Amino acid sequence: MAEIVETTKTGRNLRNLKPRTRPLVVSLILFGGIAALIFGIILSVSFGAADIDFMTVWEAVFRYNPELTQHQIIQEIRLPRVLGGVLVGAGFAVAGALMQGMTRNPMADSGLLGLNSGAGFALAICFAFFPGLSFNMLILYSFLGAGAGAGLVFGISSLAKGGVTPVRLVLAGAAVSALLVALSEGVALYFRVGQDLAFWYAGGVAGTKWFQLKIMLPWIGGALLGAMMLSRSITMLSLGEEVAVGLGQRTGLVKLAGTVIVLILAGSSVAVVGSVGFIGLIIPHLTRFLVGVDYRTIIPCSAILGSLLVVFADLAARMINAPAETPLGALIALIGVPFFLYLARKERREL
Amino acid sequence: MEPIQGLSQASGKRRTQRGILVMTILGILIVCAFIVSMNTGFIRLSPLDVLKTLFGMGTDKQSLILFDFRLPRIVISVLIGAGLAVSGCILQGISRNPLADPGILGINAGAGLMVMLYVSFFPTTSFRSVFLLPLLALLGSGLTAALIYALSYKRNEGVSPTRLILTGIGVAAGISSAMIVLTLKLDPQKYQFVATWLAGSIWGSNWKFVLALLPWIVVLLPLAFYKARVMNILNLGENSATGLGIPVEKERLLLLAVAVGLAGSSVAVSGGIGFVGLIAPHLARRLVGPKHELLLPASAMTGALLVIVADTIGRWLMQPTEIPTGIVVAVIGAPYFLYLLSKVKG
Repeated sequence: MAEIVETTKTGRNLRNLKPRTRPLVVSLILFGGIAALIFGIILSVSFGAADIDFMTVWEAVFRYNPELTQHQIIQEIRLPRVLGGVLVGAGFAVAGALMQGMTRNPMADSGLLGLNSGAGFALAICFAFFPGLSFNMLILYSFLGAGAGAGLVFGISSLAKGGVTPVRLVLAGAAVSALLVALSEGVALYFRVGQDLAFWYAGGVAGTKWFQLKIMLPWIGGALLGAMMLSRSITMLSLGEEVAVGLGQRTGLVKLAGTVIVLILAGSSVAVVGSVGFIGLIIPHLTRFLVGVDYRTIIPCSAILGSLLVVFADLAARMINAPAETPLGALIALIGVPFFLYLARKERREL
Repeated sequence: MEPIQGLSQASGKRRTQRGILVMTILGILIVCAFIVSMNTGFIRLSPLDVLKTLFGMGTDKQSLILFDFRLPRIVISVLIGAGLAVSGCILQGISRNPLADPGILGINAGAGLMVMLYVSFFPTTSFRSVFLLPLLALLGSGLTAALIYALSYKRNEGVSPTRLILTGIGVAAGISSAMIVLTLKLDPQKYQFVATWLAGSIWGSNWKFVLALLPWIVVLLPLAFYKARVMNILNLGENSATGLGIPVEKERLLLLAVAVGLAGSSVAVSGGIGFVGLIAPHLARRLVGPKHELLLPASAMTGALLVIVADTIGRWLMQPTEIPTGIVVAVIGAPYFLYLLSKVKG
């Protein structure tokens, strides 16, 4: 995770742009969150179907001995799994924060960009026509599908006169998603592969492989840095198009860059864990509630809170009904919903 | 969120004329779709046979097919199309959010969960379930909507649109994840039944269902049309509406109840045809502009036309298997919606 040095004062004093920042809360989230995340990672690597004590974990990570089964379990299964959870949580959460900031729509979420439905449709085709594809191929196709879905949404929104406006993007996303979901349902019903698909839709970081992490890390890391660089512009944009233009911002450029970052973050995340859309929706709301309206703090805090949510939800998913696994998406909703409802009651401002 | 503006800033009179013209064309299209729909199906009837049968001159078999199978189904298509579209139109108007549709009130999710629970514990093949399911679905959607309203209500400020939407999303997400867990536990045959139901297919096609649905639509649609002026004012924002002497919270609750009644009763008969409620109002807005006096009836007609056409195609395309109507609605509706979205400066 990027270590962000928190700054509370902007160098420039912009009229009618006085973000409420809470330096104490922010540093608590950043430092406490990272500590909690490390704790979660350790727990996650130690707990599981085979109980392994902490010393063994330490040795498996730092003095790996491929002869020992326990070391193998940790190196090949649990470590990639938990690191995948960290990346994906941050990816979905920041993608959601950017979407909500740019569109000023509280319902915006990376699932709306056609990513999840595109990936789902690609998988429905795979299950129906090429049963028995290897896991790696499935990942590849779901990534391609996510890209195609998002490309369709973005392409259609950019055809119109006046270019890509956030409202148009969100509407096009809803329509394309509905279309692709309907097609997937049709294929699933006709070829009777619905339950396989449901399993994928339930989402899970189980089965994350090192090679996936290697592919994902530069993309997600780079996109997170890009999001940080954009954060100040996103804050302006979240005050409204007119305000941003009035402050001399080139809004078209910011939105284009923001959208590309969202696509990279959400696309890589969907390819690894399937459709866990709820993270991108709730985490930004939670973060705004805690740290205020400045995206320079919202983005890093969202990343950490998103990672925390996924790592701990995955831990719970393995412990509740061991050795069977509970679907991760269901658990995240279970943890997230009551909390989200509380926030919805609390939230005073519009976005 | 600003509501999307109409096509042109023409004067009100020209807009009204245009609206009437558009609705006349929609009406003609609906009648055409009606006629075509009566001629399509597994057993071919020529248009002449259909005419003869309608006037009581057909054979017994022909009149059985027409009167007991096709007609009720077509009538139901019209009713749910209009119901869902107007429900969506009201919700988009109240919440001033272009993404609002009956789904955000948890109507589809609640109904789906009830059906899922019933199917998980009882045999689906029994005849009783045919009549129990719509009742359960209605109960589920009503309870969910009430829950969402209660959760987003605050004592001294009532229900703000943003809070309502967020609460709706939260509750619907919770229900969906409960359904995913249940899905993984169902045996394949039951899963197939539930999946078909959720995809939205008009399976309740006999006169009893028409009679059950009719009062809801006949009472609530005119009520919604009657409230058009209030909705125009609500669109101006809370403060302006209060300033103009509209009891905002009371009107909002009434309109919400109307939207829930329309969508809940429609979903009970048709399963999850959710997309109509989202796009029909948008299509209508593109055609007749943002004034609710024209927008509400135009939405109703657009929705009805969409569902009839979709249902007819679903019956005809892969005979003898039927494609769930909800899927066809999305496959026809989405491209047209996207075309409009890319063409018009919104």
